[in-house]
Amino acid sequence: MITISNKCIGCGKCVPICPFAAVQMMNKKAVMNEACTFCGACVQVCPVDAITIEREDPIHKDFSAHKGVWVFIELEDIPGKGKHPKRIRKVGRELLSEGRKLADTLNEELCAIVLTDKNPGYEKEIGSYGADKVYLVENSELSQYDTDVFSTVIIALINRHKPSVCLYPATIMGRDLAPRVATAIYVGLTADCTGLSIKDGLLLQSRPAFGGNIMADILSPNSRPQMATVRPNVMKLAEPTDKVAVVITEDIKLNKNIKRVKVIERKIVHEKASAKIENSDIIVSGGRGMKDIKKFKILEELADSLNGMVGASRAAVDLGFKEKSRQVGQSGTTVSPKLYVACGISGAVQHIVGMKSSDIIVAINKDPNAPIFNVAKYGIVGDVHEIVPKLIKSIKKRITK
Amino acid sequence: MHIVVCVKQVPDSTEIKIDIETGTLIRAGVPSIINPYDHFALQKAIELKKAHKCKLTVISMGPPQAKSVIQLGIALGADDGILLSDRAFAGSDTWATSYVISKAIKKVGKIDIILCGMQAIDGDTAQVGPGIAQHLAMPQVTFCEDIKIDGKKIIVRKLIDGGYEIIEANSPALFTMIMPKDFEPRYPAFMDIHNSLDKPYHQWSMADIGAEEQYIGLKGSPTQVDRIYPPPAREKAEMISGGANEAVEKIVDIFEKENFLKI
Repeated sequence: MITISNKCIGCGKCVPICPFAAVQMMNKKAVMNEACTFCGACVQVCPVDAITIEREDPIHKDFSAHKGVWVFIELEDIPGKGKHPKRIRKVGRELLSEGRKLADTLNEELCAIVLTDKNPGYEKEIGSYGADKVYLVENSELSQYDTDVFSTVIIALINRHKPSVCLYPATIMGRDLAPRVATAIYVGLTADCTGLSIKDGLLLQSRPAFGGNIMADILSPNSRPQMATVRPNVMKLAEPTDKVAVVITEDIKLNKNIKRVKVIERKIVHEKASAKIENSDIIVSGGRGMKDIKKFKILEELADSLNGMVGASRAAVDLGFKEKSRQVGQSGTTVSPKLYVACGISGAVQHIVGMKSSDIIVAINKDPNAPIFNVAKYGIVGDVHEIVPKLIKSIKKRITK
Repeated sequence: MHIVVCVKQVPDSTEIKIDIETGTLIRAGVPSIINPYDHFALQKAIELKKAHKCKLTVISMGPPQAKSVIQLGIALGADDGILLSDRAFAGSDTWATSYVISKAIKKVGKIDIILCGMQAIDGDTAQVGPGIAQHLAMPQVTFCEDIKIDGKKIIVRKLIDGGYEIIEANSPALFTMIMPKDFEPRYPAFMDIHNSLDKPYHQWSMADIGAEEQYIGLKGSPTQVDRIYPPPAREKAEMISGGANEAVEKIVDIFEKENFLKI
């Protein structure tokens, strides 16, 4: 229940802060409408504490039996290497690195979940990124991902071992699997997290909403495990050690007719690993300020001189300057290269959430007030069409020296 | 066959701006639209209806004004519309929302195909579709770019990393749709809108669908919003001064120092 007491002075501060347009002023008092989601944004800004959200008394369930931070490890085909064995996707190493910190704070174990038809020794790589254990399920039915099979196995493992936290990659696979599991066992699941921490023993999950225009912190206090999907390329990789995780082989019976859909064709258009923008150490990106598709092309030359790749803002992709697979941002790809050069990009929040964790950001823009300068490490105010050609010339000169 | 399409009314996020001074969303004048992914799912359903003489029902959960997305569905060719609206639904997270929608679909009766957009542009969770499928114990295929009916089989083209899969499913099943790059949303002609306004749609409450209070709204939602805040501001960039030539040399000095210049 949300209530507005008669302490309300009608200042109206709660009206613009509401992300859902749920507060209106009527007779100089704030009134809530049906769009209210009880997010509490209004409670924080009310100067006279007139707004209160009454939550149900927390159900003091005993969760002491639930221990362990789990990471679901997604396996992928190695390009050009035929069928087997698969390798661990990079996001798995990122989640283990982050999971280690959470497990240390909670003083619990970090466990990896691996579902495969054959284990070629994943425990070595998994251990090197901090995991104590690998729960391994080996079964010929697990050679390719299937929603029914994988969700059945994960639910069985969770019921058997009762973890406190379970993390999944926010990939096509993870976003198919995690909501199925969460719904089945009635636990909270937070999508596409960009930050995780522990608050009073609970998993605090931070995520962007409204195309990255606002951030929300989410808790799942009354159910276990607390589950989240996490965006690739957001969490920083730990330095690998020579630790090897202990393998615990789990036997889970699977009915032969468990699969309800049939893959009749599977086609991978193998891009070279180097052709994926998220794998590039150096990215040169252009935005609307590049003016037209012809002028945008000079960024290819700048990227080439730095051995990098070209990215684009949503505006540039919408204008047809660059293909969608190179779009950086909330609705494109999240990247965290060593160097990100933003040319003629003003810095809409939707772009910034996709590149802000880059090590060094250089921005070139003619508007000194462009928001891109708020995330950049170095900024040049000027005309990209003048500066980029000079940059290329200067870089080439120094390299040949 | 009977197809149900789930649609959501959302604020047009391309119109949302942020007030840099206060860090709040500027919502004034932001129009409400049908979630674009749902719009694509709806158009696909209408194609299937025309080709295979299916019955088509459009369902939405939201405040009373969300009836406009139901009316859009009817104007575009849906046979029936259901708006799930009840104060008791407010504060529902993806678990509770998928519970409510699944209860409504159960009430609709025997259905063959459920189509949802891959995700809504306001929450971006992609969790409600799979949630509905699980509540109804139905198979799911997410992130589909195309759907066809071939006799008794449903054939979809699903997006996977770096490629696609062609998947065959039996009814009943749920599919979430992702629109292809060249998707062009269709809107109804004026007369179709006009006529749709007279067509009745159903408005169902918690009691109508037999939903249990403990599973809906804030109470039934396992996730809770702890805090909402503007994205954190960062330190301002170090601005490289001087003319273009000088600035370029300074930047290339930094590139060299950071070891970005390799042959």
